[in-house]
Amino acid sequence: MELALSPEDAAFRDEVRAFIKDNYPAEMRVPNPETDLSKEQMLLWHRILHKKGWIAPLWPKEYGGPGWSITRRFIFEQETTRAGTMPPLAFSVTMVGPVIYTFGNAAQKAKFLPRILSGEDWWCQGYSEPGSGSDLATVRTKAVRDGDYYIVNGHKTWTTLAQHADWIFCLVRTDPTAKPQSGISFLLIDMKSPGVTVRPIITIDGSHEVNDVFLENVRVPAENLIGEENKGWTYAKFLLGNERTSMAGIGRSTRYIERLKKIVKAEIPEDDPAHLEFIRDIARVELDVLALEATELRVVAQMARGIDPGPAASLFKIRGTEIFQDITELTHRAIGNYGLAIREQPASANHFMPGPDYGHTASEKYLNSRKLSIYGGSNEIQRNIIAKAVLGL
Amino acid sequence: MDIQFTEEQELLRSSVQRLLRDRYDFDARRRIVASEDGFSRKHWAEFAELGLLAAPFSEAVGGLGGGPLSTMIIMQEFGRHLVVEPFVETVVVAGGLLEQAGSDAQRQAFIADIIAGSKLWALAWSEKGSRFDLATVTTTARRDGDGYVLTGEKTAVMAAPWADYLIVSARTSGHRHDRGGVSLFVIDRHAANLDLQSFRTIDGRRAAEINLRGVRGELLGKEGDGVAALEACRNRAIGALCAEAVGAIGELNDATLDYSKTRKQFGVTIGSFQVLQHRMVDMFIAHQEALSLMQHLSLSLADDDAGISRLASGAKSKIGYAGKVVADQAVQLHGGMGMTDELNVGHYFKRISSINIQFGDPAYHVLRYAQLDAAA
Repeated sequence: MELALSPEDAAFRDEVRAFIKDNYPAEMRVPNPETDLSKEQMLLWHRILHKKGWIAPLWPKEYGGPGWSITRRFIFEQETTRAGTMPPLAFSVTMVGPVIYTFGNAAQKAKFLPRILSGEDWWCQGYSEPGSGSDLATVRTKAVRDGDYYIVNGHKTWTTLAQHADWIFCLVRTDPTAKPQSGISFLLIDMKSPGVTVRPIITIDGSHEVNDVFLENVRVPAENLIGEENKGWTYAKFLLGNERTSMAGIGRSTRYIERLKKIVKAEIPEDDPAHLEFIRDIARVELDVLALEATELRVVAQMARGIDPGPAASLFKIRGTEIFQDITELTHRAIGNYGLAIREQPASANHFMPGPDYGHTASEKYLNSRKLSIYGGSNEIQRNIIAKAVLGL
Repeated sequence: MDIQFTEEQELLRSSVQRLLRDRYDFDARRRIVASEDGFSRKHWAEFAELGLLAAPFSEAVGGLGGGPLSTMIIMQEFGRHLVVEPFVETVVVAGGLLEQAGSDAQRQAFIADIIAGSKLWALAWSEKGSRFDLATVTTTARRDGDGYVLTGEKTAVMAAPWADYLIVSARTSGHRHDRGGVSLFVIDRHAANLDLQSFRTIDGRRAAEINLRGVRGELLGKEGDGVAALEACRNRAIGALCAEAVGAIGELNDATLDYSKTRKQFGVTIGSFQVLQHRMVDMFIAHQEALSLMQHLSLSLADDDAGISRLASGAKSKIGYAGKVVADQAVQLHGGMGMTDELNVGHYFKRISSINIQFGDPAYHVLRYAQLDAAA
């Protein structure tokens, strides 16, 4: 399914397609890019996009964005995900960047934005805490003003790729007496500051993606406060809205379905009754993708006409994650007995894995994708949002 | 139908519970899984000492005569503790086949060592392209003097890296899918011309790909009777795996319910949210149904009922889907914590995922359930 494109937009699409084909680093085509690449390898594509001026489609031109229309931004997103390129680090480009250029002061913009665009600074997100998951407004990490500094104490968790990070953007409590939402501030903290400790959290697929971040008497210059003190909740919500728009994941799901079809064709003979079952299950998930894609295109077309999409992002998050979980589960089932095997982490070609190459990451993907319905605001929370904001319940 | 345990069965259950409570908590298990071997010979010896390895065998072969009900009791507790030692592979699967199909000499030679805990076994039946079909066999066995010589490849053989002996299905006649041409053989795991490539399984165990390049094997049972013997063996294995799944499901439900009563968000325990209450009710129902079917299956196995294959497939499918519902929701309701290696919840999830592959997934077995009805 395609948007009806003007000749100019169609030419743009062809340009993006050709650019990816000619420039995407072969080095980044590994069995599981999310776990198998080093920090430097992850940044290769980032730097290429930066050089081209395409690193931050969302950003206004004055801060280094390409100045694309909504349609072009969508085309770019579609082409890059369909081609299976690794998206630039969302915490930097999609999350903290827009907060800084929207709510930050001139000095903050000048200091941080160019380094985000170039990939020089790697950002991570200090939102969740052990006691504050879905209920983010109860964050307890404390920041106490001390002259030109804040003294920060607390424990952040599920911090994705904090092991690579130069900076962390944190929700901290600056007014313990106020109502939960009104005592929060948005603070930028240098990960090299004394008192910052990162502890890996290993997940059920064996990978190290997330971390605990402990903050003990960390001295943070007050100039690193974004916007006004105690207004952090507003900025946080703004950011979460950005996080969820890209979660439909149509391109990724489409690619994984194509791969699944090849696996089923290779693994399950046509005279096996399981073959027909898989054909039907795959068709069903394809229709799920088609319906979600049509919804996404409808919303994009409305946005291009200036209509506010409302909580459409929640719908995309719910369905996008459920669909991808279904696909990874079908893939895991399709490889039959080989589904018992899982790669040892950190992944290395020295460890033996049985069965054909296309099945080697099926188990870890299946396990890892259980997180999708939990993170970024659990699917239960997203349903609450729709119930309240759309249905008025 | 509700099984009232005999005094003897109660004793078995409480002694397994005590042993595992004292020796097999989650940290102990973690150390076992991370060890070089990946399982504990010490615990295996303790299982032997307690009589667990003798429990299901008949008294005629030196066992305690507990049959499928004792397997059920043991495996339910093993499921609660995520025991990795190869009880199913050695005692239920190989031991069952030896008792069922072995000659007197073979029973004498092999079963006593299993009961004593001195030898471990694994069953190599699956091959590339066989998926879950026991009759699809391309490994061949050729007569050679008094014995046979086996050539071919077996895949995803659970517990093979630990085993001293393997039971291997191989073709003695017919084409790729012929039921009648498959026979079983006992081979020495350390035989010359046997290549074994070990790998880790999702549930923290070890399995292997096995390449037989002319390995000497000893016929087990009658030539051509292999598939029938494997089907009966699979029924018993399903009984054991279903009990293990029920144990794991019970633990997941307890943990989830506990967590929902203590974890607070938005100023209240998350268990107060109706949407989560309903899910936990569904998990409870799944457990109740699985438990009932498990008992029904074990009783039928003990009585060797006609139609046991159909019931076994039905139970494997139904309990498999129940396990999936519970495991998915247990992780979801634990939130990020459910995704961590540190918490036991994810490990139950992985064991249930693995059970749902071993000896056929729920989709395979629901279809087989339907087909066996049509055939009756």
